[in-house]
Amino acid sequence: MSDAAVRRLKFPTQPLLRHLIFAVAAGVILYFVTNRLSSYNDFLLGEIALYLIALAGLSLLTGLNGQISLGHGAFMAVGAYTVALLMTHTQLNFILELVIAVAVAAFLGAVIGIPATRLKGPFLAGMTLLVALALPPIADKWSSTFGGDQGLTTLVPTAPGTLNPEEWLAWIQILGALLTLLLLANLMKSRFGRSFRAVRDDEIAASLAGIHVARTKVTAFVVSAACAGLAGAFLGLSTGVVNTGEFPLTLSIQLLAAMVLGGTGTLIGMLWGAILLVYLPQWSTSLSNHFNLGSGANAYLATIIFGAVLIVGMIAAPSGIQGGLRWVWARATHAFTSRSVQGLATSQAGPRST
Amino acid sequence: MELFFNITLNGITEGMIFASLALALVLIFRATRIINFAQGAMGMMTTFIAFSFLNAGLNYWWAFVFILLIGFVFGSLVERVLIRPLYGKSELNPVIVSIGLLVVLEGVAGAIYGNASHGFPSAFSQSGITIGHTKVAFSHFDLFIVIAVIILMVGTLGLFRFSTLGLRMRASAFAGEIARLLGVRVGLLLTLGWGLAGIAGALAGLLVAPTSSFGPYFMDLNLVYAFTAAVIGGLESPVGALVGGLVTGLCISYVGGYLGSGLEPLGALVLLIVTLMVRPEGIFARPAARRV
Amino acid sequence: MSTSKTLQWVLPMLEVKDLSVSYGAVNALRSVSFTAQPGVITAILGANGAGKTTLLRTITGLAKPKSGSVRFAGQELLGRAVENIARLGVAHVPEGRGIIAELTVEENLKLATLWCLGRGERQKAIDHVYELFPRLSEFRRRHASTLSGGERQMLVVGRALITRPKLLLLDEPSLGLAPLVTAQLMTLLRDQTAGSDMTVVLVEQNARSALSVSQNAVVLNLGEVVVSDEASVVAADSGLRHHYLGF
Repeated sequence: MSDAAVRRLKFPTQPLLRHLIFAVAAGVILYFVTNRLSSYNDFLLGEIALYLIALAGLSLLTGLNGQISLGHGAFMAVGAYTVALLMTHTQLNFILELVIAVAVAAFLGAVIGIPATRLKGPFLAGMTLLVALALPPIADKWSSTFGGDQGLTTLVPTAPGTLNPEEWLAWIQILGALLTLLLLANLMKSRFGRSFRAVRDDEIAASLAGIHVARTKVTAFVVSAACAGLAGAFLGLSTGVVNTGEFPLTLSIQLLAAMVLGGTGTLIGMLWGAILLVYLPQWSTSLSNHFNLGSGANAYLATIIFGAVLIVGMIAAPSGIQGGLRWVWARATHAFTSRSVQGLATSQAGPRST
Repeated sequence: MELFFNITLNGITEGMIFASLALALVLIFRATRIINFAQGAMGMMTTFIAFSFLNAGLNYWWAFVFILLIGFVFGSLVERVLIRPLYGKSELNPVIVSIGLLVVLEGVAGAIYGNASHGFPSAFSQSGITIGHTKVAFSHFDLFIVIAVIILMVGTLGLFRFSTLGLRMRASAFAGEIARLLGVRVGLLLTLGWGLAGIAGALAGLLVAPTSSFGPYFMDLNLVYAFTAAVIGGLESPVGALVGGLVTGLCISYVGGYLGSGLEPLGALVLLIVTLMVRPEGIFARPAARRV
Repeated sequence: MSTSKTLQWVLPMLEVKDLSVSYGAVNALRSVSFTAQPGVITAILGANGAGKTTLLRTITGLAKPKSGSVRFAGQELLGRAVENIARLGVAHVPEGRGIIAELTVEENLKLATLWCLGRGERQKAIDHVYELFPRLSEFRRRHASTLSGGERQMLVVGRALITRPKLLLLDEPSLGLAPLVTAQLMTLLRDQTAGSDMTVVLVEQNARSALSVSQNAVVLNLGEVVVSDEASVVAADSGLRHHYLGF
C-alpha cells in the first residue's frame, strides 16, 4: 500500500470526525449497558445523562467564557414547564416538543444574557441568583396555568416494540447527552470556542482583535441555557411531574458545585459532576444512617456536602477531578519523555541572556 | 390613598432592613472587592443562635447585644479562615466559596433546628400605631427598626470619617499596598471590616425574624434585595447603602402591594437590570481617581 | 537598635548581599550586593529594566527573592511582612509616587504617623512637614487626587520623612517633573540627609541629578551590579556614563 493510503488509515485528527467516532462508540457501549441494567439503574443512568447535559452547558459558559451563573436551575424549570405545558395542551410530536422547550429556554437565555454582558464576576452571580429566586414564584402566582403546588404531569412517549419505558426514556436521555456533547465539543474546538476563550481572558484585547464581545457572551449564555432547558425537559419526563418544588435555589447551586468538582471548563469532567448530583443524596443518606444522625439530618447532609465541595474545591483544588486526572496523566507521561528531553537541554546550555 | 400611604411606610421599614444588610455587603466589597453571598445566611445563623439563647431564658436585650458580638466574631473568622487563602487568585473563587458557605450554613441550621418555621419574639408591639382614628401600617417595632439602622449607619460613618481606625480602614480599602508601606496592618483591618459587616448582618437578621416566621432560608430573598440595594447605591458608602435600601424597599413594596404578592423578586430583578443598563456605577459612585 | 552612636558611623546601615529575584522565568536581579551608609545618599542607577525597582520592592518586602540577604542595622529584613519592615523605620516612596488619591493631603500625612506617634506628637510632625513644604499646607484639606505632579511628589516625600525614618528609599522621584522642580527636590534630599543618621537610597533614571547629590553610586545593568563606587568617580568616567547612563 502507498504511504498516502497508510496515512489515511490512521486515526483521523480532524476534530469533528474524532468526536463522532467517540460518540458512536459510546452510544453502542451504552446500548448494551442499558439492556443489561435493571429499570431502576436505567433510570439513574438517564438522570446522569440529563445532568450531564446541563453541566456541559454550564461548563462552557463558566469555564470557556468566564461567566458565572447561579440561575441555571431556572432555565431547567423553563424547559420542564414548556414540555409539560405542550404535553398537557397539545398533541405535538415529541421531538418537536423538546425542540420548542430548548428554544424557549434559549430565548430566556438571551433575555438574561443581554444585561449580563454588562456584568462581571460577583455582579453577574448576584443577578443570576435573583433570576433563580424570581422565576419560580411566577409559576406559583398563576397556578391555574402552571398547576400550582401539584404542578403539571408529563408523558413519556410510548416505547417501540417490547422495550420497557424506563429503558426507552434512559435511551432518549443518553442520546440527548451524546448529541449535546458532540455539539459542544465541536463548538469548543471551533472559531466560536476560540472567541469564547478570548473574551474570557481579555475583553479589550478580544474586541481589538475584531471579536464582537457582547455577541459572544450572549451566544455562550444562550447555548448554556438551551442545554439547561433540554436537561430540564428530560428531568420533567423522568419525574413525571413538573412543579416549582423541583427547582429550588439549591438546584442551581448544586449544578455549580457539580461543575466545580468535575472540572470547570471540561466536558468529560462533567460526568463526575453528574454522578455526584445523582448519587450524593443516596450516599449521604446511608452516611447519616451509618452515624445515626436522625432523619432531619439526612436531608441536610447532602446540602452541607455540596457546600463543602464548593468551599474545599475552591481553596484546595480549583480545577476539579478532571484537572486532577490531567495533572496525574501529565506527570506520568512526563516521566517517560523527560529523559529524552534532558539530553537536548544540556546540549543547548550555554551563556544565558535575558 | 390610605393604601398608598401604608405601602410606602412598609417599603421604608423593609428598605431599612435591606440597607443594613447592604451596608454589610458594601463594607466587605470596599475592603476586599468581594461580594459575600453568605452574608444573609450568616445573619440567619446568628438569629438561630439568638433563638436558642432566648429559649434558654436569656433576657432579650442581653441576647441582642450578645448576638451582635457573635456576628462580629463570626464575620472575622470567615475572613481569616476561608477568604484569606483566596487573595490574589481568580475573582470568581471568593464568589463560589461564599455560595458554598451559604449552602453549608443553611444545611447546618436545617439539621440542627429542622425545616419548620419558627416564631421569633419581638421586643416591641408589631401592631400598627393609631394616629387619630386610623391605624397606620407602622408599629413600635418598625420604629425600632428605623432607629436601629440609623444608629448603625451613623456609627459606621462616624467610625470612617472621624476615627484613626476608620482612616486606616479606608486606606486599606483604597490602597492596600501603599498602606502597608506606611506601617498599617492591612490584613488585620480587612478582618475587622468583615467583623463589622458581621454585626450589620446579624442586626438585619434580628430585625427581620420577628416580622415573619423564620427558617433556614429566610434570609435568601433579603440577601438578593440587599444586593440590589447595594448595587443601586454604588457599593461605595454607607449613605449609598441607605439610599439603595430605601429605593429597593419602596420598589418591591409597590410591586407587592399593587401587582400582587409573589412578584416582588421579579420586581427587584427588573429594578436591578434597569439600574445596570442605565447607570451601572450606581447613584453615588465617584469616578476612579488617578493614582500616580 | 542597641548599637551606640559611634558604632552607627562604622556599621553600614543597609547591607544587601547576593540578592537574586526572579519573576517566573525572568531573572530580575542576579546576585546583587552593595551597602549604603547613614548620612549620605547612595544612588542606584541604570536603564529601564535594569532591576532598580525590583531591588527596592524586595528590600521593603513587596517582592520575594530567590536567595540572598538584606540586613538593616544588623537585622535581617527578608521574610518579614511589609508593614513590619515599615515599622522598623523604613520608608519607601514607591514607583508612581503612591499617593492615596481618595484621602486628603492631611489624611495622607496622618496615616503615616499612626503606628508610632500619639495625637500630640502627630500634629507637631505634620506641622513640621508643612514647614518643609509650605505649598502643601495650602492644600491640607484637599483630596490628594487634585494635586499636580510636583505637589504629589512633595506629599509623598513629606509623608516618608514625617516619621523620621532610619532608611529612606525613593524610586524615581524625578519622573514626570520639570527640571527646576527636580533640582529643588534633590537639594531638599541632600539637605535632609546631611548630618542626619538617615540612610538614603535613591533610585533614578535621571543619573545626572542623582549623581549631583549622592556620595556613592551603584550602577545596575540587566539585574547585575556593573559598578559600585563613589559618585564623583562614576560621574567622571565618561565611557561608563555613555554606556549605562545615557549622558
